[in-house]
Amino acid sequence: MNRTPLRPLASVISARSKGENPDRIEARERAKRNQAMMTRQRKRAENRLMIMGVAFFFAFGAIGARMGMLAATEPAEPNAIASTSQILNQRADIVDRNGTVLATNLTTQSLYAQPPLMINPAKAAKDLMKIFPDLDEKRLTRDFTSGKRKFLWVKRKISPEQRQAVHDLGEPGLLFGPREMRLYPNGNLAAHILGGAGFGKEGVQAAEIVGVAGIEKYHDKLLRDPAMNGAPLELSIDLTAQATTRRVLNGGMKIMGAKGASAVLMEVNTGEIVSMVSLPDFDPNDRPNPLVEGDPSDSPLFNRAAQGLYELGSTFKLFAAATHLEKGLATPDTLINTESPMRVGKFKIRDFHNYGKTLSLTDVMVKSSNVGTARMALEAGAGAQQQMLSDLGFFEPVDVELGSATQTKPILPKRWSDISTMTISYGHGIAATPLHLATAYATITNGGYRVKPTLIKQRGIAKDRPQVISEKTSAQLRYMLRQVVAKGTASLGEVEGYEVAGKTGTADKPKPSGGYYEDRVIATFATVFPASNPKYVLILSLDEPEVFVHGEKRRTAGWTAVPVAAELISRVAPVLDLRPAVAAIDQITYTSAGN
Amino acid sequence: MTDMVFGTVASQPGDPILPRWWRSLDRWSLFAVVILFCVGILLGLAASVPLAERNGLTPFYYVYKQVFFGGVALTAMIVTSMMSPRTIRRLGVFGFAIGFIAILLLPVLGTDFGKGATRWYSLGFTSLQPSEFLKPCFVVFCAWLMAASFDVGGPPGKRWSFIVAIVVTFILAMQPDFGQASLVLAAWGLMYFVAGAPVILLILMALGVSGFGYLAYHNSEHFARRIDGFLNPEVDPRTQLGYATNAIQEGGFFGVGVGEGTVKWSLPDAHTDFIIAVAAEEYGLVMVLFIIALFMALTVRSLFRLMNERDVFIRLAGTGLVALFGMQALINMGVAVRLLPAKGMTLPFISYGGSSLVAGGIALGMLLAFTRSRPQGDMSDALRNG
Repeated sequence: MNRTPLRPLASVISARSKGENPDRIEARERAKRNQAMMTRQRKRAENRLMIMGVAFFFAFGAIGARMGMLAATEPAEPNAIASTSQILNQRADIVDRNGTVLATNLTTQSLYAQPPLMINPAKAAKDLMKIFPDLDEKRLTRDFTSGKRKFLWVKRKISPEQRQAVHDLGEPGLLFGPREMRLYPNGNLAAHILGGAGFGKEGVQAAEIVGVAGIEKYHDKLLRDPAMNGAPLELSIDLTAQATTRRVLNGGMKIMGAKGASAVLMEVNTGEIVSMVSLPDFDPNDRPNPLVEGDPSDSPLFNRAAQGLYELGSTFKLFAAATHLEKGLATPDTLINTESPMRVGKFKIRDFHNYGKTLSLTDVMVKSSNVGTARMALEAGAGAQQQMLSDLGFFEPVDVELGSATQTKPILPKRWSDISTMTISYGHGIAATPLHLATAYATITNGGYRVKPTLIKQRGIAKDRPQVISEKTSAQLRYMLRQVVAKGTASLGEVEGYEVAGKTGTADKPKPSGGYYEDRVIATFATVFPASNPKYVLILSLDEPEVFVHGEKRRTAGWTAVPVAAELISRVAPVLDLRPAVAAIDQITYTSAGN
Repeated sequence: MTDMVFGTVASQPGDPILPRWWRSLDRWSLFAVVILFCVGILLGLAASVPLAERNGLTPFYYVYKQVFFGGVALTAMIVTSMMSPRTIRRLGVFGFAIGFIAILLLPVLGTDFGKGATRWYSLGFTSLQPSEFLKPCFVVFCAWLMAASFDVGGPPGKRWSFIVAIVVTFILAMQPDFGQASLVLAAWGLMYFVAGAPVILLILMALGVSGFGYLAYHNSEHFARRIDGFLNPEVDPRTQLGYATNAIQEGGFFGVGVGEGTVKWSLPDAHTDFIIAVAAEEYGLVMVLFIIALFMALTVRSLFRLMNERDVFIRLAGTGLVALFGMQALINMGVAVRLLPAKGMTLPFISYGGSSLVAGGIALGMLLAFTRSRPQGDMSDALRNG
């Protein structure tokens, strides 16, 4: 920019020569400059006012055009489910392995109130009480009449009849919003697996359904993912097997006088959980509140199969045998020292009965000798024992699609002494869930391949599963387990045609104060069937069973868990399309009438 | 000659007041305002009946009130428009001081009428919303400050006015009354724009606002829902917006007929925020376009008249008043047709409301006073620069 100087030298000199004051020249120049600046600013303001005018013109024009467009269209049919908010109300269904619905959505109505719109708030409150007697009348009246509340929920879910009744009140301040709710048509059947759902973000038009427990919580994101596009989540559960399991277990629990029971039925190769029941259970449609005091394991919400940490007793003896066979320390026929009692320092171990000086390894299992197993464990060493248990998954929570299971870490001894090695070999001093045991038994009996338990339907057997024990060891152990049922502690578990193999375990329950109860046990039967070509593992546990048979109170698994398991297998195996292997019949003998 | 000797002719500094006023006034704008007011009464006959019924009053109770306040407003407007810009400036600055104290005292002396925001003084027979009166006074005050900065050796008035704007916005936002707060800020922004804001600063401000919007969208669920609801092409029919849209569609080109509309019964704010929907339903697109044309004529005409104004204060104050008035109308109608996200704001001169009517009358009176034709600068200046 060309700046003219305030005191141009030529003018100043000429002014001086005329005797004038040169300051006046400066003043004149200054005035000129200010004048030019004002003009510039005025021009700019003019331009900007013009811009503003044009902008306002177009803005009003846009609104007029938009009005015209709206007026030219037909009013749309009010669409009840249209939602302005980002609440997703499509939650995917959950189905079992055969496609039967386990969880689905149902549209109901919710009732809310806008007191400022009410004609007669006090009467509205009174009338509502007739329709919903469980409401708090005082509070309702206060909310309606105080004038402070502009909006309140009255009922989250109402039935069509209730809706009509409210509608008939004719009160304009009572309004309805559509509400998707989660429905579990099978009630209690798979309660612990499904968990339950509640409302998350809530608006008038819709509410978000959020999983609060079980698979609903674990796969909450997946179920809410719009990309699921209506495809259901397929579980590994077989609803019929689940129903059978629950029914038999419930009956067995009552007969055996147990206060709780659990059963896990797992496919041995894929790790799919076909049924899993924990009793007592609950209805996920009406989920009870968690206990605020006392032992959470007394709540029906507690999943004994996945959350319950128990000392599982003699069922662990199989792992000692597996270590020995796998290490080549013994064959099934190797004689084991079973001299009882066994003393280690001040610690004394004895058997239920005295089995004499030696038993073969198979017989140690069949007769369930604590002494024999403890000696084997000491011989193999703590390292080998830990390696085996760790390979079988006893050192970590079970990695299954249940939050409760993944947070349940087995209880291990703080210091792994020789005593620990001995007691752990027969299942004391280590606490794990029935789901751990199911995984371990499946791994040992399926040829030695580590399975990953899952609740989601699998397509075939996973590849590159790590091998924990050899196929040969696995076959030998299956044979031993079969012998336990054929002639040992689990002889009541025989189910004709299904070659049931298994191991019993009766563990004294630990007292909260330390030590063990004399008269309270956890009776467990870990079983696999059919022994020659295993398909399923079943872990059945009864909590504090007690039954009066043959003139005495009996609590051991052989008398309690085993017969229940036998009944369960005889009913559930046909449901799972497992054919009984019927021995060829040589000749048909007719029994004569009259006996 | 004797006259010259013995007596002086009664000196006339100018024409009589009334003819001069009439001659220099922007008569078209005055006419538009009067028509707008009449339209407001007409729509009030339809829209305020449900409110009266809800409050157990005679059906046209609010119409009578509207006519009364309208009379007050028109009188105030005419009186104000007769004042000289200098008088208006003095009264405006004074009014700003009073209004500012009034909104400061609101939390102590005000009532909230159960609406969750303390914006009113209860005067027994009526209530008073000081922020409505504060708005035009604020504009005059800021214009005065900004104009002072144009004088050689003047104070940094633009900076001062910015501080004033921020403080007022903050107080209004605390009430909370985000509508008025944003309006005040926007009016200041437009005044600053006309006062010669650097282009760089304007760009930076635009970036800042979009950045703030982005942050708010990602951090405030409330804000995000509003925006999502606005961007969602599906209108939920049970929201106010849904009703409004439906009403406009029902009305079509010529409306469903006087008194036949239904939207006023469903919309709690039919007589204020959504009065345009009532107009659209009962009188159709014709009426709506007529109203829009009136607003458009008023704002655009006033702006073009201000372009010829050479007095910096008058130019800026006029701009601010037009901005207040035009933006408020734009936002109100823009919300009803879903061109803007929901924000409650009254339609000037049409919506029911005593304070907003009278304050609107005063503001329009000021604007009319500012847009009166008057000699511009000195003749030499006009000749030199065209």
